[in-house]
Order: sequence, then C-alpha cells, then structure tokens
Amino acid sequence: MAQSKPQNVFAPWNDPQEKPLIRFQNVTKRFGTFTAIDNLTLDIYRREFFALLGPSGCGKTTMMRMLAGFETPTEGTILIDGVDVGPIPPNKRAVNMMFQSYALFPHLTVEDNIAFGLRRDKTDRSSIADRVSEMLRLTRLEKFAKRKPHQISGGQRQRVALARSLAKAPKLLLLDEPLGALDRKLREQTQFELMDIQEKTGTTFVIVTHDQEEAMTVASRVAVMDHGKVIQVDTPAGIYETPNSVYVADFIGDVNIIRGKAHPADGGLIRIHYAEGAEPILATPTQPVAAGQDVAFAIRPEKIVVAWEPDHSRANHARGKIIDIAYLGNISTYHLELPSGQKVSAQMTNARRLARRDFTWDDEVWLSWSDTAGVVLQD
Amino acid sequence: MNLRRVTLIALPYLWLLGFFLVPFLIVLKIALSDTAVAIPPYTPTLDLSGGWAAIRDFFGQLDFENFTWLTEDELYWKSYLSSVRIAAISTFITLLVGYPIAYAMAQSPDEWRPTLMMLVILPFWTSFLIRVYAWIGILSNEGFLNQFLLWTGLIDTPLTIMNTTTAVYVGIVYTYLPFMILPIYAALEKLDGSLIEAAEDLGCSRLSAFWLVTLPLSRPGVIAGCFLVFIPALGEFVIPSLLGGSQTLMIGKVLWEEFFSNRDWPVASAVAVVLLLLLIIPIVLFQKNQQRQQEAEQ
Repeated sequence: MAQSKPQNVFAPWNDPQEKPLIRFQNVTKRFGTFTAIDNLTLDIYRREFFALLGPSGCGKTTMMRMLAGFETPTEGTILIDGVDVGPIPPNKRAVNMMFQSYALFPHLTVEDNIAFGLRRDKTDRSSIADRVSEMLRLTRLEKFAKRKPHQISGGQRQRVALARSLAKAPKLLLLDEPLGALDRKLREQTQFELMDIQEKTGTTFVIVTHDQEEAMTVASRVAVMDHGKVIQVDTPAGIYETPNSVYVADFIGDVNIIRGKAHPADGGLIRIHYAEGAEPILATPTQPVAAGQDVAFAIRPEKIVVAWEPDHSRANHARGKIIDIAYLGNISTYHLELPSGQKVSAQMTNARRLARRDFTWDDEVWLSWSDTAGVVLQD
Repeated sequence: MNLRRVTLIALPYLWLLGFFLVPFLIVLKIALSDTAVAIPPYTPTLDLSGGWAAIRDFFGQLDFENFTWLTEDELYWKSYLSSVRIAAISTFITLLVGYPIAYAMAQSPDEWRPTLMMLVILPFWTSFLIRVYAWIGILSNEGFLNQFLLWTGLIDTPLTIMNTTTAVYVGIVYTYLPFMILPIYAALEKLDGSLIEAAEDLGCSRLSAFWLVTLPLSRPGVIAGCFLVFIPALGEFVIPSLLGGSQTLMIGKVLWEEFFSNRDWPVASAVAVVLLLLLIIPIVLFQKNQQRQQEAEQ
C-alpha cells in the first residue's frame, strides 16, 4: 500500500515555509445539540489530494460543506488563501464541488452543464466555448456533448460532474463520495483518472469518502475522522504503517490487536506480556513507555510469516494452530490460534500453485515477525 | 392472452364511446336540428318505424343553420373571446398566487407537508356552490371586505366589486387555486435540493438559481396546472352567473340562458359543440405535455 513515489517529491506539509491553502482554526459546528465538528484544526496545502476518511456521521461531509459555503462554522474560522471565508456565500468562493449525486441539471445538455458556471461569470462566448471543449477533451466526453444527462451512463455522468466542477478552474475542488455510485471496476479505473486529472490541472482536491481503499489510492494525505474529530493526518503509507491509535489501525485495513503489559528491554525495545506462559512480544515503541503500562500491539496480517519452522532472522516467534484459511487467489489469509487462545490472522502471498500449498486446517505452524513489524499503541 | 389484451385495451375505448362519443353525437344532432314547440323542443326526431325513407328524410332535415347563426350574432363570438380572455387572465393570476404557495410547501419541513397539503385540499370538503355563494357575502357592498376596509378607514365609500368581472376573477382564482398548486408542488417536491446547491456553487445567486434551475424544472407542473385551471375556467358558468354582472360575458352563461331562458336547445347545443372544439386544442396540448414529461422521466 506504500506509495510508489520517491519520498523527496511532494510533501509541503513538512515544509515550515509553505503556507497552507486551507486552514481550519479551532472550528466547531453544532446542529442543535449535536456536535458535528469538534474543535478541529487542520491545514491543507496547495496541489494536495486530501482525503477525509471516516464512517458515516463522523463529520467529513460537514467539513466539506463548510468549505463550499453551504454551512458556516459555529465557532472558529476557516481560512482559504489566508482569507476568512466565513461571511462569503458559496457563489462568491473560488471553490467548486462535485456532488455525491452529481447534481447534473437534467434540463441542460452535457455541454450546457459544463458551461453553466462559466456563463455566470460573464466571460465572452468564444472563451466559454474553448473552455468547454477543453473540459470535454479532458474528460473524454466529446461525443456526448449534445446529450442530456439521462441519456448517458453513470460513469459518463460522473465525468460530466467532474468537468463541470473543474470548468471554472477553482482554487479548490471538493469531491463528495465521487465514485460511490460506480461499480468496482469502473471505480478503480476512475480513481486513476481522477489522480491524472488532478496532476494535469494542478488543482487542490479535497475528497470525502468512507472507502479506505479509495482514500489510500488517490490521496497525498488522509485525515481519519471520528465523531467530529480528526484522529490522524498522514500520508497513506504513514496511516497504514504507523497508526497513532487502535481506532485508526482498525479502520484502515486488517490488523491484529494484542493487548498486554509493557516491560523495558535492551536497546529501547519493550517486551509485551500478553498472556500467562506465552513468550512476550519484542517490539519497538515509537514513544517512551512506562514499565507495566497497558499497551496494544497492532500488527498487520501480511507482516507475520507462517512456516513449519520458526524464522530465526525475526525476533518474535509463536506457535499457532490453523483454524481457517481464506483463499483469495493472489493471497491466502490464515486464521490462527495461539496456545494462549489469542486469535491472530496472517497473510501469505500464494507464490506457489494451489496444488502445492503447504498448510491445511489444524496444522501446527510457527508464526514469526520482527520487532519492528508491529506498532505499539497506548490508549 | 391476446383476448385479454384486446379486452384491456377495449375497456377504456368502450367507456369513451358510451360516455363521451354517443352523448356528443346526440348533442351534435340537436345542434343540427331546428327549434320546435314540442317535447323535446326540436325537430326532426328519428322515427325508425318509417323505414329507409324516414331515415333519409331525417338526415335531409339536418342543417348547419345554427352554426351560421353563431357567426351572425356578435354576442356569441364576443362571449367566446371574452371567455378565453377571462380564463387566460385568471389562469395567469392563479399561477402568480399558486406558485409561491407550492414553492413554500415544497420548502417546508417534511413533517409539515401533509398538513399543508390537507389545507390546500380542505375547501373541496365544502360544496363548490356554497363556497361561491360565500364570496357574495364577502364581496358585496355591505360585505365583510367593504365593512373591514371602511372600519380601517382605508376607504370612505364601499368598493363595487360584486357583479363585476373582478369578482369573477376572484371567484375563479379562489376555486381553481388547488388545481394550480398541486401539480406545481408535485414538480417542486421531486426537485433535488443539491441541484440548487450546485447552481449556487457554480456562481448563481439565490435568485438566478431559482430562475435557471428551479423554474425550468418545475415547468411541467406549471403547464399542467395552467391547463387544469384554463380548461374548466373557459366553460365556467356558476362563477360568472353568481358573482359576475351583466357586462361579464362568458360562454357558459350564454349557453345556460339559451337552454333554460330561451329554451332554444339547438342553438345551445351548437354553442356547446363549438366550445368543445375550442377546448380540444388546449386538451391536446395538455396531453402532449404529460406525455413528454413521462418520457423525460424514463
């Protein structure tokens, strides 16, 4: 899941000189007694593809609607380009939004839908036409220019919505669950198209999604939200590899959580005693841990190696019995039970053909993982 | 299977044949007859016992005299014209009053809507005739409206509204308002709120978003409402005869007088036939609109 890009390219959030395009300053939004956004502070930079990720009702859509101007913060300020946008109505903001339902105007053709925003600006006719045809080309919709929205497919509608929201070349484009209505294959394809278009136009994208895979695929940074708070903001790799809480670890991908008590070991490492009689887990904490403190050890299934013999190049070993095997084609997930009764899942790529697969149900195997394979969480 | 389909299709056609075409042919036949001091008050009457000769004789006596008469006396075409004008103007006023009401209903919170809908339909629970009569009590010189205006000191002498065309407009707008509100409300209620947000997001003010999105998308409702008001208003008889004065010319009233005051059934029938032909144009347009809307929704 780690990004393939080299680390030196795009990371304005690490540059203290860089001014953020969007700044949420202690923003709180209440609807009656319900707090949708709770004292939130967040910076988003120019040219970022920023994902707001969380379960429904976590406040991600409210954040987006505040950026678009459909909601105003109850407390705190939102700055876009250093300007407090609180009093600016949606039609005066250099922000455009792509709606979850696409919200295409059913009485207008594809062309007129795309031109809609441009015409409001009193731009002259020929430059509107130029811009529209440019957008049609960008989204490969030239053939459908004269059609009405109900005469094209879902994927094409999605592209019209994108073209329409990009036509005014906004400083910031908001995408509300943009791919929710598409089927899986088309969604994956469109994710790459979105990234491509984002790179071509250089627009800052903020995407709202509840699909963690989508967020991981498209975003430069992901904010994981829960109950109106941002739990963690990091690159997809950072979120996946170094989650800061059990919530984030659990929300993104599959994870084994093993709870126990920490005891210091040599070289800044700790040993986590998680069960009576079981070999404690040797782990590398990211923050200092007090002796005897309760911690949660989070390890991804693919970081655990399953073998007949313990792998001595790795620091941790445990015996396990195979309870279940989920064969997914490219990978297999093994559900195992440790002697302590702790359930663990491990993932192995199926480099060999099925007929030559080694393990089967009820086999006693060895699990091995290194001291840096998992994350020590304190919460 | 085939028989079932034929039966299914035949039923509405038989209905139309029995309850529309046959009565229409009877009316048309009377329109082609002459008045007579008899029961029924026209000749000829068809007597099948006379055989072929009687039937041929019967058809020989039918003529278009009454239709020619309608063109000769200016009362008739003036009444038609005035009916069309009054119906058109009151449709327009009904639209101006009804659209904001429908819009407000569609914007209101969900839990209010059934109540508001109920309030729009509620007048139908009272007899139409009684409601029109009630307006006499409101609009007449000694009526509530004048009493109220005199009491507030806005006017010194009572306004003459009763027995004028204004009273007819008031009556028609009041009576047919629900027919305007309901289809417009139905169109506005379906409207996806995110379309308005999208329009605002793309640079529209509230007003231009209404003009460019809400209004065009509610057009089928507006057209349906206008026809539902215009068509019955054109032939309206009760309202002009109760609220209107002698100078309010409406074809429904003329028709009534021909039938009951003059006992001239043939001319009255001719008036009715022409009225029907006049109404066919808007009815066909209305059907076209409904059809287009259905196609657009598919």
